[in-house]
Amino acid sequence: MILKDIIERLNLKCLNEANLDAEVSGAYSSDLLSDVMGNARSGQVWITMQTHKNVTAIASLKDIPAVIIVRNGEPDADMLEHAKEEDICILVSSEPTFQVCGKLYELIK
Amino acid sequence: MHYSFDIERGNFTDAGHASASVKRTLKQLDVAPASIKRIVVALYEAEINAVAHAYGGKIDVEIDPEKIVMVVADEGPGIPNVDLAMTEGWSTASQKVREMGFGAGMGLPNIKKNTDELKIDTRIGVGTTLTMTVYLNS
Repeated sequence: MILKDIIERLNLKCLNEANLDAEVSGAYSSDLLSDVMGNARSGQVWITMQTHKNVTAIASLKDIPAVIIVRNGEPDADMLEHAKEEDICILVSSEPTFQVCGKLYELIK
Repeated sequence: MHYSFDIERGNFTDAGHASASVKRTLKQLDVAPASIKRIVVALYEAEINAVAHAYGGKIDVEIDPEKIVMVVADEGPGIPNVDLAMTEGWSTASQKVREMGFGAGMGLPNIKKNTDELKIDTRIGVGTTLTMTVYLNS
């Protein structure tokens, strides 16, 4: 499933449009940055409640096309700025991690 | 090819700058994506460790056709027990650093997994130097 369809089906707010036609191979959910660094794979979407610039630094290094911030988290201004520079899609869900993961799993399993 | 970067204590905002720059260079050199992935994980973790624990430092990266050698040298407290620091889950990170999602005790294990050679020279009260080598044809 491509990112654009996921945004629509999960009713996500898009704060930085990028990679909308990227095929999403899976997702990784973690708030521990070294966990993501060590275990997430390129092409996966990252679900987290972290909202600082290191998130986009890691997403860029790991070729992660999109980050979904849960529970209406607001990304820091420098994170959003960095996302624009690095072409990373920043999405926000009003729901908590468990619901976002469950719905996304159903869509792309 | 040689590249140098400075590390500033507590400056998490710019952490990852060296890794991003090295990644761009390796892509331009047409290094295999699998090798690039390992290199950036190791370098980013080393960068973060120095930002979180040390008082400042320097990164030196040497790239030749066979290998990349990354030396991350910091002035800092040193690592009292390297074996313990290599244990997944063990961390001395501050509460503030942990709230950002760092300090999970996975940094050095991630570095070990993603390098072909890892040398740790540490002196208490002086600093730590990590020498990480990844062979590019492996």
